[in-house]
Amino acid sequence: MYKITKKKVLNEAVDLMHIEAPLVAKNAQPGHFVIVRVDKDGERIPLTIAGMDGDQVHIIYQKLGYSTQLLGEKQEGDFVEDFVGPLGKAAHIRDKKHVVGVAGGVGSAPLLPQLKAYAEQGTKVTLILGGRNKDYIILRDQYAPFCENIIITTDDGSLGQKGLVTDALKPLLEKDKSIDHVIAIGPVIMMKFVTLMAKEHEKTIDVSLNPIMIDGTGMCGNCRVSIGGDTYFACIDGPDFPGEEVDFDELMSRQNYYKDQEHDCYMRLKR
Amino acid sequence: MIKTPRTKMREQDSQERIDNFLEVALGYSLEEARQEAMRCIDCKNPKCVLACPVRVKIPEFMKLLLEDALDESFHTIYEDNILPSICGRVCPQESQCEGACILGIKSEPVSIGALERFVGDYGMEKGLANTGKPESNGIKVAVVGSGPAGLANAASLRKKGYDVTIFEALHDYGGVLKYGIPDFRLPKEIVTNEIDNLKDLGVKFVKNAVIGKSLTIDQLFEDNYQSIFIGSGAGLPSALGVPGENLNGVYYANEFLTRVNLMKSRTKEFSKTPIKLGDNIAVVGGGNVAMDAARTAKRLGAKNVFILYRRGREGLPARLEEIHHAEEEGIDFRLLTNPIEIIGENRIVKQVRCEHMKLGEPDSSGRRRPLPTGEYSTYDIDNIIISIGQKPNPILKDNTLGLETQPWGGIITDEFQMTSIPGVFAGGDVVTGAATVILAMGAGKDAAHHMHEYLQTKQQ
Ligand SMILES: Cc1cc2nc3c(=O)[nH]c(=O)nc-3n(C[C@H](O)[C@H](O)[C@H](O)COP(=O)(O)OP(=O)(O)OC[C@H]3O[C@@H](n4cnc5c(N)ncnc54)[C@H](O)[C@@H]3O)c2cc1C
Ligand SMILES: Cc1cc2nc3c(=O)[nH]c(=O)nc-3n(C[C@H](O)[C@H](O)[C@H](O)COP(=O)(O)OP(=O)(O)OC[C@H]3O[C@@H](n4cnc5c(N)ncnc54)[C@H](O)[C@@H]3O)c2cc1C
Ligand code: SF4
Ligand code: SF4
Ligand code: FES
Repeated sequence: MYKITKKKVLNEAVDLMHIEAPLVAKNAQPGHFVIVRVDKDGERIPLTIAGMDGDQVHIIYQKLGYSTQLLGEKQEGDFVEDFVGPLGKAAHIRDKKHVVGVAGGVGSAPLLPQLKAYAEQGTKVTLILGGRNKDYIILRDQYAPFCENIIITTDDGSLGQKGLVTDALKPLLEKDKSIDHVIAIGPVIMMKFVTLMAKEHEKTIDVSLNPIMIDGTGMCGNCRVSIGGDTYFACIDGPDFPGEEVDFDELMSRQNYYKDQEHDCYMRLKR
Repeated sequence: MIKTPRTKMREQDSQERIDNFLEVALGYSLEEARQEAMRCIDCKNPKCVLACPVRVKIPEFMKLLLEDALDESFHTIYEDNILPSICGRVCPQESQCEGACILGIKSEPVSIGALERFVGDYGMEKGLANTGKPESNGIKVAVVGSGPAGLANAASLRKKGYDVTIFEALHDYGGVLKYGIPDFRLPKEIVTNEIDNLKDLGVKFVKNAVIGKSLTIDQLFEDNYQSIFIGSGAGLPSALGVPGENLNGVYYANEFLTRVNLMKSRTKEFSKTPIKLGDNIAVVGGGNVAMDAARTAKRLGAKNVFILYRRGREGLPARLEEIHHAEEEGIDFRLLTNPIEIIGENRIVKQVRCEHMKLGEPDSSGRRRPLPTGEYSTYDIDNIIISIGQKPNPILKDNTLGLETQPWGGIITDEFQMTSIPGVFAGGDVVTGAATVILAMGAGKDAAHHMHEYLQTKQQ
């Protein structure tokens, strides 16, 4: 059992939690993730490590379906059944001069430690945060200390400029020739289009993939993704991969294979 | 006695059992066990014992059984095999103990597995394995993985007085015994019971600890563990390497069995980690894993389940009993059939194209090599489950400096089961590649002996 030492509601759909987990905190680095099981019969859900202090591991999750809703019902002082990590390969912090980080929605959480690591090694960082509306723009204040330029886009224009993250990225890549790398984390469809744009401007790009996982230790093979025509297991070879090589369409279809069952699960919670 | 036929174990009716996950083989009554044990002619040089990887004293435990000394019978087995209830159920007896039984030449071998199971279950019910907590010698030892190799290693070291901690990556203990082998062959209570026995012995268990990630081998040494046993198994599924393998509806057996066993997904009941399964299921492979996947699919309601295997019937590596049970349950064996392409529609699997094979000369495994014929068939399917083997997981290798491995990932050990890192030992599937429960258990036990010697020398 792992104690929830802090909980903060970031917006109607997203919470932050601090979980006491010394075995995860000990070796965790940016890009690593954990697997959480809320209760005894629970599903194993992967979540990126958004930060750490001491024995505390921070997670930020969007209440999307059954299991994340269930997690959201837990309060400070409650416990989760299982919490294992750090899993995956740590993010590869490249030797770059100017990196643009692009986050969609809750992707802002996994991007934070990575972008911070770039800033700490002296790389200039620019940030684009996108969301449905102003409530979905999270963690802006945490980025502020090390980001020179933060651009916000919302679908409805309730904060920042109205439009998609790509609408903000395009002029940036066209104008600022010092940019030599892009990182995109968010919905697969967003990562796909950011990748196309980065390719068009001949910039390298890293993305963080989120296929359906079960064990997260390389045992089931459910998390397989096609990278440059070869199959990789995202849980042990990723979750970060060079965007140029990723078969995004395959990933999107694999994510959707269990959609109807997930819906059934979710409806039971609502009832 | 030789002429007396084997005492058959009672079984659940094949039509009833395909609707449930309860054990198929129901075991012997005391009467039946006696009747079967009586068939053993108590050979002077028992061939059966030599053919058992851990040399269970077979005629001895049978004699004790006949003398009504059931406790002693149990202890006789237990000296060599700490998991009799499990091995009695899952050992490939026909190629080990029973395959060598002298009665098999003219008639049928003694049902050694069934008798071991009977005595094992008797001991389990009476708690005979529970011998209390041995005094601790204060020397800390770490075990990586809670499969049969890790469990056997931990038990042996704890009995020698060591302070043993098992680190397991998953949220439950038992390795393949929990997430792989289905309940209808090995009820999970039996595995849980064995783990409880180790807890009673004083072995400590830590779940959710991925060694190499949560803690490295170096950090275990820093934490004052004096020696480490790696029993991390062979959990990484092998790919078929044909087009269409990443289509939706294509499962590796590990995913399929994990969803059903570890995550307790059944199609007819609500589950949080569900399994999606259609009516027509192809299973690729001919080993125990393939039989388990096929029989599980049947129990989940699939109408047509067929095995695709590129060799002939004699080449099937699965236990004989599993093959019989699968046939009784209506699993269709399409032998000498090699899948070459998985075909989809809208990224969902629809068909599998296969090439028919014929048998050629024997290959390095001694089995006749399957050769292509240039003739093809295409079958309509809703899912395909790939069960063609597993390799060791790369996590430990990738995160442990100086740990030498084979090109296929197996950990290299010396004649004392020590790896390239002093004080770190290994055994089970992670060393041999996917093998058997009894071999893994034996390797764990033997390694405990070597670790003890190593630690004794080190203390001096
Ligand atoms: C490496 C990795 C890191 C992630 N980090 C974060 C994070 O920091 N914050 C966050 O909010 N989300 C993160 N996710 C996504 C998160 O795991 C899913 O949103 C969650 O599992 C959904 O579960 P659910 O039952 O609430 O929703 P469901 O209704 O079950 O599913 C909603 C969608 O989530 C995906 N999903 C479902 N089950 C799984 C599963 N077991 N593994 C992966 N995806 C699944 C499917 O695409 C599905 O369509 C990450 C995923 C991965 C693989
Ligand atoms: C479906 C199936 C059916 C089978 N049927 C039979 C049968 O009928 N008869 C038979 O004799 N054999 C059978 N086998 C084979 C047998 O189960 C294995 O040979 C045996 O379990 C190997 O034992 P092990 O202890 O080496 O590894 P495993 O049982 O694989 O256990 C390894 C454990 O280590 C854990 N682990 C891995 N990496 C780490 C890490 N880095 N840190 C911490 N923990 C880690 C794993 O999670 C796992 O729990 C079957 C196998 C399968 C998959
Ligand atoms: S351990 Fe296995 S091989 Fe040995 S006697 Fe028992 S059933 Fe036979
Ligand atoms: S070989 Fe057969 S008959 Fe001889 S001791 Fe073994 S079980 Fe008994
Ligand atoms: S989640 Fe099972 S192999 Fe990656």
